Amino acid sequence: MSLSLSPTNAISAVPAENSKIAPIIHLAAVGKRFGKNQVLANIDLDVHHSEVVCLIGPSGSGKSTLLRCMAFLEEYDDGEIHIEGRLLGWEIDDRGHRKHAGRNRLNEARRNLGIVFQQFNLWPHMTALGNVTEALVRVRRLPRQEAEKKAMKALDKVGLSEKAKEYPARLSGGQQQRVAIARALAMEPKIMLFDEPTSALDPELVGEVLAVMKQLAQEGMTMVVVTHEMGFAAQVADSVVFLDQGSVVTRGTPNEVFRDTQHPRLRQFLQNYLDRNAFWNTTPELEN
Amino acid sequence: MTFDLSIITANAGAIWNAFLVTIYTWLAGSVLGLMAGLLIAALMLFGGRPLQLLLRVFIELVRGTPFLVILFLVYYGGPSFGLRLGAMTAGVLCIAFYSSVYFAEIFRSGFAAVPRGQLEAGECLGLGRLQLLWRVQLPQMLVLILPAIVNMLTILCKETAVLSIITVPELTAVLTGIGTRTFTFIETLLVLCIAYLLLIEITSRAGRWLEHRVGIYLQR
Repeated sequence: MSLSLSPTNAISAVPAENSKIAPIIHLAAVGKRFGKNQVLANIDLDVHHSEVVCLIGPSGSGKSTLLRCMAFLEEYDDGEIHIEGRLLGWEIDDRGHRKHAGRNRLNEARRNLGIVFQQFNLWPHMTALGNVTEALVRVRRLPRQEAEKKAMKALDKVGLSEKAKEYPARLSGGQQQRVAIARALAMEPKIMLFDEPTSALDPELVGEVLAVMKQLAQEGMTMVVVTHEMGFAAQVADSVVFLDQGSVVTRGTPNEVFRDTQHPRLRQFLQNYLDRNAFWNTTPELEN
Repeated sequence: MTFDLSIITANAGAIWNAFLVTIYTWLAGSVLGLMAGLLIAALMLFGGRPLQLLLRVFIELVRGTPFLVILFLVYYGGPSFGLRLGAMTAGVLCIAFYSSVYFAEIFRSGFAAVPRGQLEAGECLGLGRLQLLWRVQLPQMLVLILPAIVNMLTILCKETAVLSIITVPELTAVLTGIGTRTFTFIETLLVLCIAYLLLIEITSRAGRWLEHRVGIYLQR
């Protein structure tokens, strides 16, 4: 990943030949306000094919909002977001003013995005299979049989083909989130966006969801993950972005961000995390 | 005091017809009211601000008017606006009109009860607004609002008694008519009560059964 704020300083975890190719997600000077409250300011971020980027930061830092902007679930006010070269959500008219892109254009730009939410957002009145099949039938217009075959494949991938006929209420949180991942995967997206996918889960159930995500990353899926799971970020991410108060504070490989950081705010954030997760009498200290 | 049910058996045919009229005005009015209510709720949800405001005013106005007054306005006041309706038609339309605003409020609360996130998920998968309404919002909200709908139906069932005022030959009109003609108030009123009780008991039982059926996905 390379952030183009200051190109000389940009740290890229992607092989050099890859970064010459246009990024699959390109954010330039993105800003977002809720009323007078500036929640994102001047965000530059490139994500390349097969890259896994983790967004970390304290609550209220804007990381979820940033991710939601990437799917245009939130309208960004400034800057541009391009998905595979297509401007997301906005259209520039002849006079250079921007206006909402129509539904079709928005869906076109979103076509290769899959998104997974903190609260799963499954449709509770449909079975696991029904949830995964729905968009295949209604959006992709596949015949039902073919759609169900595809849906079963996706459920199998997250290890839940046996639960296909169950309603979400009868599944554990971890299983529900895996169904939600299958629902997104069935549409064969090129990019998966995860918005705190394990934050609503019992600690015991976090592992099974992370395992599925890890597998996806290994298969070369391009992923942007908002997470509080520093272990996951350290093990899986190609690059980690630390946000605070709506701005990118630092970015780099997990090693650079978690070990060598000199940013006081980031050090404080990580120390808090370590203190919170401390066990026995030993509080792990950050290396100097 | 005498208690003579023979007066009931002697008028069984007329009472049965009145029973059917009550069911007809009740169900026809309710179905129309439900459709109108859904339309109002959908317009409030998807329409612009001015339309929302207009419908809000309409709802408050109708809710603030007693059913009897609406009935008088339409049946007796209607002709001066060129609106000439038979008693039965006027009765059905008034029930529909009166109930539509209550149903609209019930539907509105139902729409609001389906979490936004479920719509966002659908939106990201490329589902359109109407598809989401039809496939995600309606099926869930119908389950959520079923108890409120059934409750409203039972109220409307008893509200049809008011139609006796505009000469609709329904249960209350016919039975109180028999009662005053033959001085058998106790017998006729008893039958009247049992008839309404029967209708309402059937309705609420059907409602509970349906609630259980359609809410099956909520069971753990």
